[in-house]
Amino acid sequence: MRILDFMWTNRIEILQVTMEHLVMVAISILIAAAIGLPLGILMTRKQSMTRPILAFANIVQTVPSLALFGFLIPIPFIGGIGARTAIVALVLYSLLPIIRNTFTGISGVDPAIREAGRGMGMTDGQLLWKVEIPLALGVIFAGIRVATVIAVGVATIAAAVGAGGLGMFIFRGVSMVDSRLILAGAIPAATLALLADFGLGAVQKRFSKLLCLVCAVVALSSCSGPERIVVGSKNFSEQIILGEMLAQQIERKTNLQVDRRLNLGGTLVCHEALRSGQLDLYVEYTGTGLTAILKEPPSNDPARVYDTVKAAYDSRFGIEWTEPLGFNNTFAIIVRKADADTMNVKTISDAAPHTRKWTAGFGYEFIEREDGYPGLAKTYNLQFPSPPRVMDLGLSYKAVAERQVDFIAGNSTDGLISALGLVVLIDDKHYFPPYDAVPLVRRATVEKHPEIREALRALGGKISEDQMRRMNYAVDGEHKDVKQVVREFLAEVKE
Amino acid sequence: MSAIVEFRNVAYAINGRALVENVSFNIESGDTVVFLGRSGSGKTTTLKLINRLIEPTSGDVLVEGKRTTDWDPIRLRRRIGYVIQDIGLFPHYTVERNVALVPSLESWPEARIHSRVNELLSLVGLDPEHFAKRLPRQLSGGQRQRVGVARALAADPSILLLDEPFGALDAITRSEIQKEFRDLQKRLGKTMVFVTHDLREAFILGNRIGLMKDGHLIALAPAAEFRKLNHPEARAFLESYE
Repeated sequence: MRILDFMWTNRIEILQVTMEHLVMVAISILIAAAIGLPLGILMTRKQSMTRPILAFANIVQTVPSLALFGFLIPIPFIGGIGARTAIVALVLYSLLPIIRNTFTGISGVDPAIREAGRGMGMTDGQLLWKVEIPLALGVIFAGIRVATVIAVGVATIAAAVGAGGLGMFIFRGVSMVDSRLILAGAIPAATLALLADFGLGAVQKRFSKLLCLVCAVVALSSCSGPERIVVGSKNFSEQIILGEMLAQQIERKTNLQVDRRLNLGGTLVCHEALRSGQLDLYVEYTGTGLTAILKEPPSNDPARVYDTVKAAYDSRFGIEWTEPLGFNNTFAIIVRKADADTMNVKTISDAAPHTRKWTAGFGYEFIEREDGYPGLAKTYNLQFPSPPRVMDLGLSYKAVAERQVDFIAGNSTDGLISALGLVVLIDDKHYFPPYDAVPLVRRATVEKHPEIREALRALGGKISEDQMRRMNYAVDGEHKDVKQVVREFLAEVKE
Repeated sequence: MSAIVEFRNVAYAINGRALVENVSFNIESGDTVVFLGRSGSGKTTTLKLINRLIEPTSGDVLVEGKRTTDWDPIRLRRRIGYVIQDIGLFPHYTVERNVALVPSLESWPEARIHSRVNELLSLVGLDPEHFAKRLPRQLSGGQRQRVGVARALAADPSILLLDEPFGALDAITRSEIQKEFRDLQKRLGKTMVFVTHDLREAFILGNRIGLMKDGHLIALAPAAEFRKLNHPEARAFLESYE
């Protein structure tokens, strides 16, 4: 019942996101059909084409969806972040069932019927349109239906590249450890899949008329508006809050229109998107820029790190590091408060001897990064009996609270830490470099709209670690609306 | 009178294997020739060479004095009726639309198509009122075959090709339909080329019988003379008939 209440309260947003999802899937399926049907038909005409076409579609199908989105981001024209990339990926996924069923359906037409048609003097086109396609229509449509149901599912992952859709709820839910949000995305997605399958069954009976209708709806809904400033964020609550904050700040201080592409799948996605102009700004952390993007060794001097990234980004990427927001969100090693109390563990050095009995769970980035797990283990001589379990950042909080793992790496500003009865261990050897949060903006964008720089300057040094943690907790722990939390915060910021 | 169909030393091979070799014959307008032979003897191949579903590897096939390869294949096929054993009625078309296929491809006016369909259904012994709106799957095998014949006759072709059209019917239905077809043949006076492996059918329907074996045309003789042939393949057919 709580879920239904929640969905009812948020019905407008859910409806809007469901529409986004639907339009994304509909456009993709139409494009996939426009490509797949002719290819399937071509295969029945030129046997030599069968293998290469099927091989291509098969290979595409086996690429994991998140990886496919990842590949597409740096590609110009078809890639980037936003609905376009998602549509390209969905089209690629939808091709196989459509091509295969078109080919199978037409090949499956009784050869006697085909021979009779040819013998009667039908041209190849007449045979195709009057006989083969009508007879294969059931099979062809089954392919389109399968493709649609798959696309409804895959489209939830599209939220990772900023395409919106129901995946936004799911990703947000995972990062906030809020199952209501996850269900608010998953239930409409499942419903949509069932309805799409059912609806297409009906379309099959009135093929042409409804197809025209769908085309018209899609054409109308894909009309685009004027130029807008695009704000991005990575896929955890603090980033979403900060992204929303940049967006609201620009909206209230300037006359510019803002598009929000929040909840993108990680540092590299945001960075590539900012470089290629898909995003105009997002908030990055100095330490992340230094090690993950510039690939330089970590440093413990906050001022030096800031100067280094500012200079390098300016010359290499045409991206400006504006004024720091005021807080440092460094990595935080987190354990259950109960364990820390009974074992009298306060620092990471205190915890090191206990790691022989513990299991660690880390996010993908932390395991890979130079300034992440490898260096940490060396500095503190951590000796876990088994390799750390790889898990989503949001899930790792839940995992440690539920005793599935004992030792995780989170963020120092995370609101869930106290909410879930966890505690941050002190980094007594100063292993973790500074991660000061700073809005990044494209030089081209600020040159065109200098008022953005003014708006950002007003936020400089205005957010303390404690304030950030409180906002995070308001969103993660109290499930407050991000927009509202940001609005309340901005109302109190002194100019 | 000149030949309406003429084979001049025709061969057809696929992947180097000859299905038909060294075949020559003439068919006069209005004649009915039955090609008789076992499975794989090349009789169906011979038929398909006439409406250019396949083209000769060597030699010439002439229809109305013109090489089939010089004909526009679509025009050629619409002038030649074609009935096959599996019939090949379009399952998504009603009986009426199946019969009307070639006339509608030729863009006849609606009214003319309609009256032609009724005329043909009556001709093959199917009441248009009962059958016009049915789908092929709602018909018996014999009824379907009649529709197949009506469809082949629709655009009034001068030549009719029939590839074992009655082969899939039960013995009694086959015998009935053969007799009806013979009467029809007399009334229509069309050139017909018929393929069968059934000597009885060949005797009922054919003015002349061509015997095929291993891609060769062994003999082409008037029905009455066929009984006197001494070739072992002819004797084999006659013995199984008697």
